[in-house]
Amino acid sequence: MTRINMTVDGVSYSDEVEPRTLLVQYLRESLGKTGTVIGCDTSNCGACTVHLDGTSVKSCNVLAVQADGHEVTTIEGLATDGELHPVQQAFHECHALQCGYCTPGMIMQACDVLKNNPDPSEQEIREGLEGNLCRCTGYHNIVKAVQQAAGAMSSASSASSASAQAVSS
Amino acid sequence: MIPAQFDYLAPTSVADAVAALAEHGDEAKVLAGGQSLLPILRMRLNAPGVVIDLGRIPELQGVSEDGDHLVIGAMTTYAAVLASEAVTTHAALLSKAIATVADPQIRHRGTVGGALVHADPAGDVGAPALALGAELVIAGADGSTRTVAAEDFFEDLFATAVGEGELLTQIRIPKHTGWGAHYEKFVRVSHQWSIVGVAATVRSEGGSIAEARVGLTNMGSTPLRARSVEEALVGQPATDEAVRAAVASVNDGTNPPSDLNGDSDYRKHLATVLTRRAVLAAAGA
Repeated sequence: MTRINMTVDGVSYSDEVEPRTLLVQYLRESLGKTGTVIGCDTSNCGACTVHLDGTSVKSCNVLAVQADGHEVTTIEGLATDGELHPVQQAFHECHALQCGYCTPGMIMQACDVLKNNPDPSEQEIREGLEGNLCRCTGYHNIVKAVQQAAGAMSSASSASSASAQAVSS
Repeated sequence: MIPAQFDYLAPTSVADAVAALAEHGDEAKVLAGGQSLLPILRMRLNAPGVVIDLGRIPELQGVSEDGDHLVIGAMTTYAAVLASEAVTTHAALLSKAIATVADPQIRHRGTVGGALVHADPAGDVGAPALALGAELVIAGADGSTRTVAAEDFFEDLFATAVGEGELLTQIRIPKHTGWGAHYEKFVRVSHQWSIVGVAATVRSEGGSIAEARVGLTNMGSTPLRARSVEEALVGQPATDEAVRAAVASVNDGTNPPSDLNGDSDYRKHLATVLTRRAVLAAAGA
């Protein structure tokens, strides 16, 4: 067993794990964070996508011991004070899910896409979500949701910079 | 599936990693980014007794410049290479090829050194490394290092010049500043391994091709360099007709596999078409 320390969704954890424990397994089985799901088990589908130090990874393809000392954000850590993250809100409003199984990974990867490119084209969204599979093939509304979230996030950030300017003047 | 049990070591220096390799011999497996190794362990295709994680060795990370060479640490991720302006400027071919590897999540974790040592013939890093004349720096026991040309690095399917007890530490790439580059990859579905890929980089002079380098992905048990094509391209104008004639010999020395994605002859046909497209794009035509 190996001791690991990890911050997950803003909370610090310290646990003994077997080195072979996958990060997704640690999140689900040790921490009870079942919002992150296991889809394919072959690192293809992206359903288990989480952020490791702010960057998207497939958590079935990372050992928990590799994340020792690092920070993880899961789908359960996106909402703040009961308010959905703009990407979650947009998935809800655009009906960007059918069975919902791919949704946690889709949302986490969509956040990563928007972090690197706040105003992506449809093609850039599709390429950014290349590693996430939706077996319902509901891609059309997923792309629409990411576009809507991009709009919401950019108007929110321009509103907050406008109010910051108003305060400073 | 979860991997079989193993002991985990996370050395913080190359010297410690090499010492761990010496101690555990062929019982040990080296973990780089893990994007190929972890699926292999999960499916129990391999069950090493010891896993040596290189993720906590700072000296293996990052891109730097050393005179007329770029130096890429073996544990530099694909994403870090893509973000490196030095690579885009001096080895554009490597950036172009890496941009096609798998998907964003995999590119955040996967490493250039891991891919080279894994030596999957369908991987996208070997062909540009060959075409750019990369040199691979390998650390061995007692602090020794040796440098192997990319040409001599790939020995067979999943086999390289990195011997038992050795570790790839750096990839040194001669700068190809101002060379046009293109990686033409043929796949049936997104984030698939290359059925065939062609890496081409070209230095143009006065509207014609002054120098060209061409590497092939998945056209044999190792990445291959198409030297006859490189020679035939010298002095040619970057026109469809001239390039079509110059790439006709691209299949000399190839031995592509036959599998569910296509038989050997189909791959040879693809290589001809993709090489033409890659060279024309690299030449800006």
